[in-house]
Amino acid sequence: MSAAVTTAPEREAAPRHRASRRRRRRWTRFILPVYSWLVIAYLVLPILVMVIYSFNKVTTGLPQVSFTWNGFTTQWYQQWNNVPGLTSAFWLSVRLAIASTVLATIVGTLLALALVRYRPPRFHGKVFVEQIMFLNIAAPEIVLGASLLGLFVTINLARGFMTLLLSHVAFSIAYVAITVRARLTGFDRSLEEAAADLGANSWTTFRKITLPLIMPGILAGALMAFALSIDDFVTSNFVSGSTVPFPVWVYGVTRVGIPPQVFVFGSVIFGIGILCAFASIVIGRRKV
Amino acid sequence: MEQPVLADHPGLVARRRRVRLGKALAPYLLSLPAGLWLLALFLVPLVVMLSLSLQTCNFGTGACVMTWHWGEFGQQLSLYHSQFLTSIYFAGAATVIDLLVSFPIAYWIAFYGGARKNFFLLMLLLPFFVSFVIRTVVWQFILSDQGIVLGTLKNAHLLPQNFHVLATGYAVVAGLAYNYLPFTALPLYVAIERIDKSVLDAAYDLYASKREAFLRVILPLTIPGLFAAFLLTFIPALGDYINQQLLGGTNNTMIGTVIQNAFLVNLDYAGGSALSAILLAIALVGIFAYARLLGSRTIEEYL
Repeated sequence: MSAAVTTAPEREAAPRHRASRRRRRRWTRFILPVYSWLVIAYLVLPILVMVIYSFNKVTTGLPQVSFTWNGFTTQWYQQWNNVPGLTSAFWLSVRLAIASTVLATIVGTLLALALVRYRPPRFHGKVFVEQIMFLNIAAPEIVLGASLLGLFVTINLARGFMTLLLSHVAFSIAYVAITVRARLTGFDRSLEEAAADLGANSWTTFRKITLPLIMPGILAGALMAFALSIDDFVTSNFVSGSTVPFPVWVYGVTRVGIPPQVFVFGSVIFGIGILCAFASIVIGRRKV
Repeated sequence: MEQPVLADHPGLVARRRRVRLGKALAPYLLSLPAGLWLLALFLVPLVVMLSLSLQTCNFGTGACVMTWHWGEFGQQLSLYHSQFLTSIYFAGAATVIDLLVSFPIAYWIAFYGGARKNFFLLMLLLPFFVSFVIRTVVWQFILSDQGIVLGTLKNAHLLPQNFHVLATGYAVVAGLAYNYLPFTALPLYVAIERIDKSVLDAAYDLYASKREAFLRVILPLTIPGLFAAFLLTFIPALGDYINQQLLGGTNNTMIGTVIQNAFLVNLDYAGGSALSAILLAIALVGIFAYARLLGSRTIEEYL
């Protein structure tokens, strides 16, 4: 915490109002950090509860999570795939997220390239496309899910993996495009021109120059798409039919009792996610 | 780029023309896949939804016939206006709480986060690493009548035995506020981060008090971010039904639950579509107001 606060004096205004400055120091040195850590603790609390209770013994006949502490056990980690519906729902979600990420990343990156490089005289309809993306992100998800269900019912498309994939890509494209575009804006186009001057054709230029340079942006977009897809409940609940992905399955069992393995999956996914995030922070810092 | 010396060569001329055509088409070709996808699976469904809301459906089979029945909107509104009001009330309360809670932390990270800014932002994002449904389920357990908090307090006789939080509006608002806090905190952070610190120094040089500097410099400069944060929190919270179903019990029904039941339980596609269209219209008021005042592209900066 101290390291975060040491930069405060540098940002301090010109030496004036000593009393007010001292008050500001106390405010920023003590009250704000304590408050911020309290908010972070509040955000972490349910996660902590989930991880702790994934190690809880179950004393009743049915293996269901209960919030009386019955003692420590790693039983649920050993029997992580003992609940057939849960395991298959999880793997379905993973497959769905991978497929949706690949498609949304390709389609979204192409869109980002178009949006960042071309303006109205060359690209009519750019503003319209941007407004559609804006609307797609800002509209309530339940409306998107409900309208997709309405479409699939109307055209008689059976609900399953296909409808899930179509829908997940649909709500990921705009996010990917925006993420990739944000990383593309500082792109130095003279590098591409240099490659062309040296005789590379446009495909080689793209493959050898453009793609490696925009790769961090594409990866960020892909991560976004993956996270959106694997945790999606609202849209999936509408378009899944009997093909149930992980969040929808968990929602389904909240009425009848939750097997402890749900918390095991939650904790493991959380751990993997945190590892990836820290890795990306460390890698990002090394580059800068 | 132009190389007039070689221009006479017929093959080269043809090739350059092809390249020029390709370059002219490039933006359209690049945006074609995304455009088609969004057209077929975002715009067309919205049109289908509107058309479904004008149809009459058989509740048993879910089969619908176009009857241009405009009355569906009025009928659904008169049936469910209280659920709409509850949704607006709960989502509004949760959004205001989130704005108040996250402004100081966003301010602190932006001004005093130093080298650890990314670390603190990751802390704010931690809930997103756990599935939305699981997070809400855990809150259900934390707040349950004999759970970790209430059970302990009751055993210590600090609370009456019949005290409960679950199945009340408070629980729903608390759940919404928890789940959407990062949606508020991040846009606010981006907005505050962007403030030029020398503007603040200038305010102090001109004898602004701390209070004045905050009210007349920082706050006005964060207004676009506040609006973006409001929109990005309020609209998803408005359509949310997980928090209501897991934390609110059978009372306090929000409109999301009604829409979900219409589509998935009652197979009343016409009614559900009409309700969705009304919900979208409410959201669009906010979206258009934002786009008018601040431009549709600016919201991307806060994502």
